[in-house]
Amino acid sequence: MAYQFSFEAIASNWELLARGVALTVVLTAIGSFVGIIIGTVGAVSRAWTLPLLSQVFTVYIECVRNTPFLVQLYFIFFGLPALGVKLNGWEASVLTMVINLGAYSTEIIRAGVMSIPKGLLEAAESLAMNRWQALRYVVLRPALKNVWPALCSQIVIVMLGSSVCSQIAAQELTYAANLIQTQTFRAFEIYLTSTLLYLMLAVLVRKCLNQIGMRFIERRKA
Amino acid sequence: MQLICVDELHKSFGDLEVLKGVSFSVKEGEVVAIIGRSGSGKSTLLRVLNGLESFGDGIVNIDGKRVSGLKADLIPLRLKVGMVFQQFNLFPHLTAGENVMLAPKVVKKESREHVTELAMEMLERVGLADKFNAYPDQLSGGQQQRVAIARALAMRPKVLLCDEITSALDPELVDEVLEVVQRLAADGMTLIMVTHEMRFAREVGDTLIFMHQGKVHEMGAPEELFTRPQTPELASFVKSVL
Ligand SMILES: Nc1ncnc2c1ncn2[C@@H]1O[C@H](COP(=O)(O)OP(=O)(O)O)[C@@H](O)[C@H]1O
Ligand SMILES: [Mg+2]
Repeated sequence: MAYQFSFEAIASNWELLARGVALTVVLTAIGSFVGIIIGTVGAVSRAWTLPLLSQVFTVYIECVRNTPFLVQLYFIFFGLPALGVKLNGWEASVLTMVINLGAYSTEIIRAGVMSIPKGLLEAAESLAMNRWQALRYVVLRPALKNVWPALCSQIVIVMLGSSVCSQIAAQELTYAANLIQTQTFRAFEIYLTSTLLYLMLAVLVRKCLNQIGMRFIERRKA
Repeated sequence: MQLICVDELHKSFGDLEVLKGVSFSVKEGEVVAIIGRSGSGKSTLLRVLNGLESFGDGIVNIDGKRVSGLKADLIPLRLKVGMVFQQFNLFPHLTAGENVMLAPKVVKKESREHVTELAMEMLERVGLADKFNAYPDQLSGGQQQRVAIARALAMRPKVLLCDEITSALDPELVDEVLEVVQRLAADGMTLIMVTHEMRFAREVGDTLIFMHQGKVHEMGAPEELFTRPQTPELASFVKSVL
């Protein structure tokens, strides 16, 4: 029995898929942006063992790194309402992404901060900069530059992982694919398409992130 | 007038006493060369003067102000005391010009135009005006060290501390850095430099300090110390390095 391939289901639902792609991108962008900010604060707290903050971040990172993404998502979406925090699927997904990338980027950026030779910090101090000025103007950019490739990989991993957000009805790419599949039963065509879309997305996002790295972190004139 | 007065300075790392009662003073415009074997406490002494290390007993007075060890006093201290390191420690993500401009801009909040002019002036002083837009990894070791000197000078310190600033350089690059220091000395800059360049210490230094086992073992006019060392330790050190 020969299976009749038909991409009609995709063609007539392309808007749904496009919307899914867009939401996956937005989800990843917000997660990365806020996550990296949290990660920077966490990295400095841990690298300089700031009282209280460094302990808080240690607990936070251990919790996130040692539990599955899907469980975190369920906890936030199904669990938090018990505490009066009611989020819709989209909000819960954004929050989970931020929490996730915040934790992973803390560890990655911390490695970057630790990779900066002590001499650079001492040079900054000897020029009468305080610790925060030294951090902002001397440590941060070289630190981020050193770990940017690792950070990019983590962002792509989490973007691909965000497909499970479809489980709580966040209308990202996998949700769109699932929806079309239940309406048309064209599983092969649809999941082939969504697979290719994820592949393309991953490649494009990596390219974009490299550009961002060159532009804002490397920022060399020559 | 005494710019720096160090009296019975002690410093320990845990159980290891590194400075065991160091005393000396430095006049404005004086060039002090510090020599001594590795581990005798030379770097530690300079780092104390710049507030990079705390200290135990003793008194350190710089420009009429007693160094307290309080965190709040560190910035004012470092505004007066510049430092150049063995490993250059240029900020790798900034150009030579930006390296020089950074501290005046963020610490002294000087205007962009002013710090640009200042950086140009300082780089000219070390003979690197044409390297304003070069990044550290595009410069030779000697050039990097000269940028580091310009960077320290841009804060207009009252005294410049140099810790073996030519030790990490290839031999052929040493002279260009020493020339810059010599010119600073001639311009009246107060300098304290730890060095292994004995000829330089002898020619440029007003005062020579020989450190030995955490103490000032001998101190005096360089010529005098080199030709007539009073202690067997200095005699054998001089013999070993000449
Ligand atoms: N941060 C430190 N912690 C422990 N010991 C140190 C530290 N810095 C220097 N020392 C020790 O202090 C002694 C003097 O060091 P240093 O001042 O660097 O000597 P020098 O510059 O004359 O070679 C050495 O024995 C060194 O091992
Ligand atoms: Mg030393």
